[in-house]
Amino acid sequence: MRIVVASGKGGTGKTTIATSLALVAAEQESVRFLDCDVEAPNAGLFLYPVLDSRKDVGILIPKVNETTCSYCGKCAEVCQFHAIAVIGKKTLVFPELCHGCGSCTLVCPEHAISEHLDVMGVLESGPTAHEIEFFQGVMNVGEPMAVPIIRELKKWKPDTAAKIEIRDAPPGASCPVVETIRGADFVLLVTEPTPFGLHDLKQVAEITCELGLPAGVVINRDGIGDNAVEAYCVESGIPILMRIPMDRQVAEGVAQGHTLVEIKPELGPALSEMLSQIVQQVA
Amino acid sequence: MKLVISISGNSLKAAFDPRFGRAAAFCIVDTETGQWEVFDNPALSASGGAGVQASQFVAKQGAQVVVSGAFGPNAFDTLNAAGIEMYLAPGNEAHTVAEVFEMYKASQLTRAEAATHAGHHGGHH
Repeated sequence: MRIVVASGKGGTGKTTIATSLALVAAEQESVRFLDCDVEAPNAGLFLYPVLDSRKDVGILIPKVNETTCSYCGKCAEVCQFHAIAVIGKKTLVFPELCHGCGSCTLVCPEHAISEHLDVMGVLESGPTAHEIEFFQGVMNVGEPMAVPIIRELKKWKPDTAAKIEIRDAPPGASCPVVETIRGADFVLLVTEPTPFGLHDLKQVAEITCELGLPAGVVINRDGIGDNAVEAYCVESGIPILMRIPMDRQVAEGVAQGHTLVEIKPELGPALSEMLSQIVQQVA
Repeated sequence: MKLVISISGNSLKAAFDPRFGRAAAFCIVDTETGQWEVFDNPALSASGGAGVQASQFVAKQGAQVVVSGAFGPNAFDTLNAAGIEMYLAPGNEAHTVAEVFEMYKASQLTRAEAATHAGHHGGHH
């Protein structure tokens, strides 16, 4: 059972919801938590994992053996990212354009290309005090691509006993979000009732629909803005599973590193109810 | 000698295009025969690596000199590996290809000794 918490717009409360959902779930089931926002992972600030395991990750980029290369140019032709160029008697590799697909290595008739790991970041994992198996990816500063790190994070240590996996998605609606959602069973869309919240909610809802996954909405900071998010949910048939009222106390607590269920224990049952609803729907 | 000028359309009447990798087209002048030819830039709609693709294209056309308004790091490295000289023409006002060619002949253009701007894919390595 894999649940992704996504939003489109940043700062709507993805991590706030995801961490408390994990805590509520951990009261009954074994849970693993994946912080897929590898550009700025912050779920660890709330769940306090003891990170005792690390692994460097990246993509395999080509290295050309100049003595066996015949400069035929097949590698440059096959590369749709133009990450490799053959100019006269020189073969140039542009690592920052490479997506690590391996096509150049495959087509080289001279077997002159070997692949080596270009480290883009690190994966870390460890248990939390609530016995949640916690995983996060951390991308190195200046790296242009988050997707390879998220892909590796999802694959890392898959043989855990956890019954529920919660993935905290990055903001936005581009490749890293698609990679986070891919392979999941349910997408929980956290939004706020503002035009910006709605605009981005629509984008992620469309991705979810395209991937054929069921979704539900959490309206955070309920009471501000307008009713357009609600109208959109009704119109597009996406159920509103929970509403969290706008409350300064929540913002203050989150700023101090407290989880939603610590700040507002009365929200625990509602989160628990939402989780069983999701589990029932998917099963 | 073959000289390439980046232009904004696929006719010789089109204005100079100060972009290299994303130029609409390339005009190739054979300085010996005085012949002019125009080719569409195959990298115009590339999702990435336009500089590398455009550079390989002009190298294949046998260019020895390229005149544009800017060269990114990947275009610079690729053209440099091909032994192609890069010159910078001002892109702040509209020029015809003929004007740019005259400026080159009159030695009014600066030679690019390094990339003129950072890459579009973030820093790396």
